[in-house]
Amino acid sequence: MRDGITNILVVGIGGQGVMTAAEMLARTAISQGYDVKKTEVAGMAQRGGVVSSHVRFGPKVYSPQIDAGEADLLIGFEAAEALRWLPHLRPTGVAMVNTLRIAPPVVSAGLYAYPADPIGELAATGIEVHAFDAGAIAEELGNTKLVNTIMLGAISDHLPFPAEVLKANIVEGFRAYKPKLAEVNAQAFDAGREAGHVKAVSRQLTA
Amino acid sequence: MNAVVHAKAESRHLLSGNEAVARAAWEAGVRVAAAYPGTPATEILENIALYPNIYSEWSVNEKVAVEVAIGASLAGSRALAAMKHVGMNVASDAFMTQSLAGVVGGLVIVVADDVGLSSSQNEQDSRYWGRFGHMPILEPADSQEAYDLVKRAFDLSEAHETPVIVRMTTRVCHVKAMVVLESERLERPTPGFQKNPQRWVMTPANAKPRLPIMHERDRALRDASEASDLNVVSAGGDRRIGFITSGPTFMHVRETFPDAPVLKLGFSHPAPLDKIRAFASQVDTLVVVEETEPLLETEIRAAGLEVHGKTILPRFGELAPSVLRPAIKALLGEAHEAASRSRADLFPRPPTMCASCPHLGPYFALSHIRNLNIIGDIGCYTLGAGHPWNALDTCISMGASLSMAHGMDKGRGDSDEKKSIVAVIGDSTFLHMGMQGLLNMIYNRGNVTVLLLDNRSVGMTGGQENPGTGQDLHGLPAPRVDFAKLAEALGVRPERIRMVDPYELPTMVKLVREETKMEEPSVIITNRPCSLTDRFERLRAYTVLDDQCTGCGNCIDLGCPAISVARRETVTAKSGKTKELVFAQIDPNTCTGCHMCVETCAPDAIVQPEPQNRVIRIHAHA
Ligand SMILES: Cc1ncc(C[n+]2csc(CCOP(=O)(O)OP(=O)(O)O)c2C)c(N)n1
Ligand code: SF4
Ligand code: SF4
Ligand code: SF4
Repeated sequence: MRDGITNILVVGIGGQGVMTAAEMLARTAISQGYDVKKTEVAGMAQRGGVVSSHVRFGPKVYSPQIDAGEADLLIGFEAAEALRWLPHLRPTGVAMVNTLRIAPPVVSAGLYAYPADPIGELAATGIEVHAFDAGAIAEELGNTKLVNTIMLGAISDHLPFPAEVLKANIVEGFRAYKPKLAEVNAQAFDAGREAGHVKAVSRQLTA
Repeated sequence: MNAVVHAKAESRHLLSGNEAVARAAWEAGVRVAAAYPGTPATEILENIALYPNIYSEWSVNEKVAVEVAIGASLAGSRALAAMKHVGMNVASDAFMTQSLAGVVGGLVIVVADDVGLSSSQNEQDSRYWGRFGHMPILEPADSQEAYDLVKRAFDLSEAHETPVIVRMTTRVCHVKAMVVLESERLERPTPGFQKNPQRWVMTPANAKPRLPIMHERDRALRDASEASDLNVVSAGGDRRIGFITSGPTFMHVRETFPDAPVLKLGFSHPAPLDKIRAFASQVDTLVVVEETEPLLETEIRAAGLEVHGKTILPRFGELAPSVLRPAIKALLGEAHEAASRSRADLFPRPPTMCASCPHLGPYFALSHIRNLNIIGDIGCYTLGAGHPWNALDTCISMGASLSMAHGMDKGRGDSDEKKSIVAVIGDSTFLHMGMQGLLNMIYNRGNVTVLLLDNRSVGMTGGQENPGTGQDLHGLPAPRVDFAKLAEALGVRPERIRMVDPYELPTMVKLVREETKMEEPSVIITNRPCSLTDRFERLRAYTVLDDQCTGCGNCIDLGCPAISVARRETVTAKSGKTKELVFAQIDPNTCTGCHMCVETCAPDAIVQPEPQNRVIRIHAHA
């Protein structure tokens, strides 16, 4: 984290809740007194395209975009998307990756190949990557939309503010707008936080 | 409802540039706001609609929106029109003359340039319009400035009786950033329309005396720009390069070169040339960082100053830190090591149509019929040019399909002799600018088969309402245009107006075949709603019975993203020829149960399973 600025890159596919997760991080950062900027680099996201959301916070943030190789944290909602954006991380950065694989129609049609082992490729980079199946946890909790909160829980111990602050913000948000979902999101956050402690698939020893 | 609507002065909020514009418009006492949707400007009106005491509407196109705002201004109300960059092309006929006549109530045009072309047909620099139409331009760099500058724009507009352009870019519209609210709404007196034909009736005799007034206004605006606190220097100790920025490039420059002095132009046209000259004298080298055309650069050079700009920076796309750094380092003769952002060798994820999209049926038909020239338009159906349909041959501007198709019919070349000409257009685009093309084609005895894809939505921009949907911007019931009657009124023979359910694939194919053979114009109108709107009814998912699937691959050609390849097998026929079989599967979470694909499957392998009593476990741990 340079100049006291934290750069978080959240990546996935349109419709997965990438932007919502980024917004949650941004709001929580504001509540902690930081200056914040959040931007999307998304084409026609609603139509199944790639989405990457940049969240930057610190004492004073100018550009909303995280420069190449400057992300501190990467939250990958899908394995190949995490792989796509990994070069955006600093060598000392941390990636939290959902092992879900979603192949687009162009892959299904045989025009392109989906990498055989994206997690293995992530590990080979030597960057600290934690990978787990967030979908399975969400299903266990009975609602696939919880992946979002699970991923936030997983990254929460790597933030410059306490995990509890992020959790409280998420849960309060639900309490205000969708009270029925507040409790299960609290569980999802905790489950994600636990899952995020999974041993890194690789760690750069010389960092 | 959006929280910021009720927010008090001096509170802090995370707002997008578009949300900030809406709040500012409300505070500024705007009484009328009009827009036609377009990325990245759409959310401006969607947010204004949430505030009380502002009349707001989706207009049918940008020219209409600007004219609505002009009318309100002449009545003495503050008025705002918003649009994406290409909307300015449509609206220009109105504002080019209104600028000459001037305004009464503050009139602000907020235009959003899609710098970097994330979802547009071209990249345009709207700052040309300020020069062309003699209108001042304010350029916010982030949400806070969008909020501040919109309010300033109304004051400026009234002080100089001129329309004012607030020029945003994607990187201001859609970035969320902190905004500290300054005040709440201030109601203003609205004097009402004061008749004054010499001022408001732009005949040559009345327009001529306005010309010197407009040029005098330009001079006064230049003085205002020179004196404006929106054009301000941020000091920096490293004077090797002094930057001049407009819009969000300020943020990128500050980020990348924190020690360099920057002259930030928030009031960028007319450019404050004296201020620029003074700034230039304090730095070794002057670099203008502007998106996207070298407008300030050219003006500064014409003023006799030595300046870099597009001489070292790209002429298109965003000037983000990763673009600036190498260019500036090269100028300083310093080494630069480029870091990578993403792995370029991975598969792409091109945007595609949604599961059960009502456009899938027409494209299934078009991709199965030969000898067509398919002249397209702008909307979700433009995606029909892509995989797997490859059934759209052109797309340039909204409404162009019908008129271009007509021209192609009249200008047929040798290879077109046996071809039929088809125009494909959506409901919103038809009402925006397409119906004139139909009228023209009928009047001039053309022969085009028109596919009017009425999905009761402006799908591409996120499902807004239009005069064909039966609802207005606020979701209230509104009169609904009858497309069949409209086509008939424009002169299409009733026999050639065909309503069709786009999910009925055999009928869809048959109709397109029939109508393209006709020696006169036809209009085929589809009638299923966009799957992402509330008008769409989601049903139980279908599934493929694997033991029934013969691997014919037909359903995959439909292009529904819920259907994918389960596996491929190569078989050898008796003749010795090999053939690839493609077996299908349906993702139950994506499938909406629209039934469309069932029609593609001869062996009836696609079925809707009986509902199971699924245990909903959301509260299992509660
Ligand atoms: C002049 C202009 N204004 C706005 C837009 C943005 N835009 C792109 S497509 C579209 C409308 C699409 O609606 P419709 O024709 O109904 O097709 P759908 O997307 O619903 O299939 C709009 C507003 C544009 N490209 N050009
Ligand atoms: S948004 Fe609507 S019209 Fe556009 S692709 Fe999706 S379903 Fe089709
Ligand atoms: S029924 Fe078929 S066409 Fe319709 S959404 Fe499901 S898979 Fe797609
Ligand atoms: S159309 Fe029917 S048989 Fe052919 S691939 Fe699809 S499901 Fe299988």
